[in-house]
Amino acid sequence: MYDTIIIGAGMSGLAAGIRLAYFDQRVCILEKHTTIGGLNSFYRMRGRDYDVGLHALTNVTPKGTKRGPLARLLKQLRISRDDFQISPQLGSDIVFPGVRLHFSNDFERLRSEIAREFPKQIDNFDRLVTQIAEYDDLDETHQAISARERLSELISDPLLVEMFFCPLMFYGSAREHDMDWGQFSIMFRSIFMEGLGRPYAGVRLILKHLVRKFRGLGGELKLRTGVKQIQVENGHVSGVLLENGEQLQARRVLSSAGWPETMRMCDDGQPVVSRATGRLSFCETIAALDVQPQELGHRSTITFYNDSEEFTWTKPDQPCDVRSGVICSPNNFDYGDALLGEGTMRITALANFDFWNGLDERNYELEKLRWYDRITDSAVRFVPDYRHRVLDTDMFTPTTVVRFTGHEGGAIYGTPEKQFDGRTHLDNLFICGTDQGFVGIIGSIVSGIGMANMHCLRD
Amino acid sequence: MTTTDIKKEILDILEVIAPDEDLTNLDDAVNFRDQLELDSMDFLDIVMELRKRHRVQVPEDDYIQLASMNSTVAFLEPLMKDIVKA
Repeated sequence: MYDTIIIGAGMSGLAAGIRLAYFDQRVCILEKHTTIGGLNSFYRMRGRDYDVGLHALTNVTPKGTKRGPLARLLKQLRISRDDFQISPQLGSDIVFPGVRLHFSNDFERLRSEIAREFPKQIDNFDRLVTQIAEYDDLDETHQAISARERLSELISDPLLVEMFFCPLMFYGSAREHDMDWGQFSIMFRSIFMEGLGRPYAGVRLILKHLVRKFRGLGGELKLRTGVKQIQVENGHVSGVLLENGEQLQARRVLSSAGWPETMRMCDDGQPVVSRATGRLSFCETIAALDVQPQELGHRSTITFYNDSEEFTWTKPDQPCDVRSGVICSPNNFDYGDALLGEGTMRITALANFDFWNGLDERNYELEKLRWYDRITDSAVRFVPDYRHRVLDTDMFTPTTVVRFTGHEGGAIYGTPEKQFDGRTHLDNLFICGTDQGFVGIIGSIVSGIGMANMHCLRD
Repeated sequence: MTTTDIKKEILDILEVIAPDEDLTNLDDAVNFRDQLELDSMDFLDIVMELRKRHRVQVPEDDYIQLASMNSTVAFLEPLMKDIVKA
């Protein structure tokens, strides 16, 4: 009998597992996939290491900062900041036609860019920042307010509004066209007011530390172990039935599989409260270069681009929406003296799950090649052209997202409607991760910690 | 455990849960929150560490007793006096 069974060995499940194992619970994490990490994972192909998910860690405050989500999660997991070896970004850009806003981990930089490009908006911007700084992320009452409405009250230039939404939606909005004000505030602080960073070794370094910590505390991790059913007796979870037929008993279950996915696993015959699955998914191209991007004149860490004044955040009718995207160069962090090796460019664009899911194997490969080119051709309008320096390429699609995360529809940020308290209709079944409401690596870890503290440690 | 042992133990716990804090000049009469960057999660951790290390249960209604070093030691003394120091 386990004290807690955790479904999913992504960031949130591992973080929750560490908390519970540290406080002497018998914990088992069940992971359906062959590897850990969920959305934020990694793989090796033709001799090269690639990250999935992670472009950058958000919430990167200077070392020694005692406040904020990064400091909080390191404390809670008893992990030293040095273990994550976070190098800060060189600086990133938001590019719309005729306007480029540069930002770095020094918030003043963004402010001065706005003063230069949008001089009439600078007082409005300051008011916006005050409101965002005041937003209490432990108070859920603001969550449901429309960020679009709030921003249009504060900022009178619609272009600037779109330029804020583009990066924040790409990095964490499960909702189409709009964001919740709370989510907007949290993301704004995470990205602009705190900052971006990355370990030189990528996401695998973070995962390695989390798993080592979890196992060192006596936690069990089972890979290739899908849950078929969450078994319910008299309105109470008794355990899980695995896809391999084995049964495991637990006093409670914490699931990071997603809200609709978790509800569907429950075998109590209760009609599942319908909650739409997310519609937003991504394709991402990855190119290995024979040169450092900086040698091509590209110093930007992350470039968020949109090729018209209006930014559209919705499921595209096309296989991919190439009008906007995110270009990430993992080389462009301040790694100090670290050897940089080959260059890498990744481009993320909105994609249509149904199209990609409907292809047979041969056409899937062909369409990947076709859309790799289209996405790249669109992106090189905003960064130096690197197409002649490419050594190898790969691409993930919405169906890859399903394979790594189990999220229906390849919903990258899960369902639009979140369950902030993590509770379900059963008194010992809780959810954490994407559908609890926090996204990104830091957000997911905070979610796992929060739900473990709130629901799994207090008895 | 004596009150001195309990105080030492609390300092040790604070060092684990807030390794970036300088505890050398901690004023025992002043609330932790006014001297250290502690949030509600950290207070939960003081309670959890006490349970992990000494099987001492602090009910949620009594978390408020953990405000300062003096109030914490006073609250824990009857609960921990029979614990043999490791």
